[in-house]
Amino acid sequence: MEILSFIANNWQVILRLAGEHISIVAVAVGLAILTGVPIGIAITQNRRVADAVLYVASIIVTIPSIALFGLMIPILSKIGQGIGWLPAVIAILLYSQLPIVRNTYTAITNVDPALREAAIGMGMTPFQRLTRLEIPIAIPVIMAGVRTAVVMNIGVAAIAAYIGAGGLGVLIARGISQTDPRQLITGALAVSLLAIVADWALLRLQKRLTPAGLKR
Amino acid sequence: MIRLEDLTKRFKTPGADIVAADRVNMEVPTGEICILLGPSGCGKTTALKMINRLIPPTSGKIYIDGKDTSQLDDIQLRRNIGYVIQQIGLFPNMTVEENICVVPRLLNWDIRKARQRAADLLDLVGLDPRQFLRRYPKELSGGQQQRVGVIRALAADPPVMLMDEPFGAIDPINREIIQDEFLKMQAELKKTIMFVSHDIDEAVKMGDKIAIFRAGRIEQYDTPDMILAHPANAFVADFVGADRTLKRLRLVTAEEVATTEVPVTARSTKVSDALQQLTVARARRAVVIDSDHRPVGFVTAEEMAGGSGEVRDFAHPLPATVPVRADLRAVVSEMFAHDTMWLACTDDHGRFAGVITQPDVTAALRATYGAGKGASDQARQQGSGRDQGAP
Repeated sequence: MEILSFIANNWQVILRLAGEHISIVAVAVGLAILTGVPIGIAITQNRRVADAVLYVASIIVTIPSIALFGLMIPILSKIGQGIGWLPAVIAILLYSQLPIVRNTYTAITNVDPALREAAIGMGMTPFQRLTRLEIPIAIPVIMAGVRTAVVMNIGVAAIAAYIGAGGLGVLIARGISQTDPRQLITGALAVSLLAIVADWALLRLQKRLTPAGLKR
Repeated sequence: MIRLEDLTKRFKTPGADIVAADRVNMEVPTGEICILLGPSGCGKTTALKMINRLIPPTSGKIYIDGKDTSQLDDIQLRRNIGYVIQQIGLFPNMTVEENICVVPRLLNWDIRKARQRAADLLDLVGLDPRQFLRRYPKELSGGQQQRVGVIRALAADPPVMLMDEPFGAIDPINREIIQDEFLKMQAELKKTIMFVSHDIDEAVKMGDKIAIFRAGRIEQYDTPDMILAHPANAFVADFVGADRTLKRLRLVTAEEVATTEVPVTARSTKVSDALQQLTVARARRAVVIDSDHRPVGFVTAEEMAGGSGEVRDFAHPLPATVPVRADLRAVVSEMFAHDTMWLACTDDHGRFAGVITQPDVTAALRATYGAGKGASDQARQQGSGRDQGAP
């Protein structure tokens, strides 16, 4: 009851924090798509490079987020951005690389070799093959990677409240420091809800982007 | 026309070099189907894929319609060669129409012209464009997919087609149907076709010429009948099979062998008249036909001798009839099934078109053996130069 009245009295604040939260994740994952998809495609050319890149991406994910924020403070302080929005975005950008790069790489390498042979035999250039055949076929798997990245990093973004990035993590952090269960629970609920809604929305998007011929 | 000159492919592997194609020389005349036939690993697919450079040749030349293809860039070359593969390779993200339009679009055809072409081609293989243009490959049966695969390769009307076991993944019944359709199409389109197969029956059926490969070399390059009747060496004889004479039955249609000078008679003819007719024709039997000229039975001179009444009183039903378009294998099969020495043939409208006897069939086979004698010696000499000689 207390929590409901807290939400009712503070919904404007909660919405603002949710907006901040979304902006961090959206910008970071958006940039991660712009970098991760081309990387995933590029590494299909060379098996050893692919293994190395995926290995590095895996290692990045194993770094605890709080440690990663700590590492970035001295580096980004040099441009006056040691804490706040930028390090949060960079951390999420890095964490998102693994699911996006790996899914892109897997999807492209798994395109049926017969399709590739047909495409080459018909006289498609490598670029035409990529844009007309391989990427459309890879879209569902790439989108699945994006979903993983978004859901995973909505959680990471909550921790970014500790470096002053804002977002729903602010409620959790305050709840802990002020021993206020209302804020703590509201923050946690909002983060979970955001993750669920984002996953659902992206699933819808994934289905829309999947070429009709590939739908079951 | 496709001409291969000393076409060679060597693969380097750790340990040894593998020669997948060893100085292959051959020429496929314009409008003919040439089957590259042989056991797996014999180099037939390598030879095929060197033509559209999916496998770059180590040395040698390839000419298409007299032009040295090494002067063309890969992309241009491939867009002017139709390519069909066993796995079909229809693009699942595109509709049937988009699949067919791929090469025309690569060649910057007007979109309306490309679409019209797609519809026309679907019509050609008996798929209703209204129903199929908007479908996706997964919504087609295997046979329909392969038909689309073939017309996709034909879309930009290339003079040359390469087909890599195109009907290999289709069930036997549909394969026969699609092969027949394809031959009918080819009779109109007259493409120059290289066709890889490992199936001697398919090769005999589809090929104007067959090139038999072993270990990267051509063992024999000749017409199906010559290869079956006069294999150049033990390998070829072994590959085409011990029943090669029976396979030749498929190469001849009943029409070519049937005798049309057979007495025919109506059911209502008087026995005395029928006997008279048989005597004049010096025949032992007459085929009984109905008013539409359809064969319905037969009568023999012995049974009618001294009899009276009408032919219908002495007529026996025919055990079976065969269409004149049927090949001799089907004819012989019917003869064996009905334990008969002869069968009546019918034309497309079911009318009587002659009689075919077992001696006619064996005579037809013997004739080809005799006719091919001179050419066969030549083939043997060519073969023996590089192999263990004639069987």
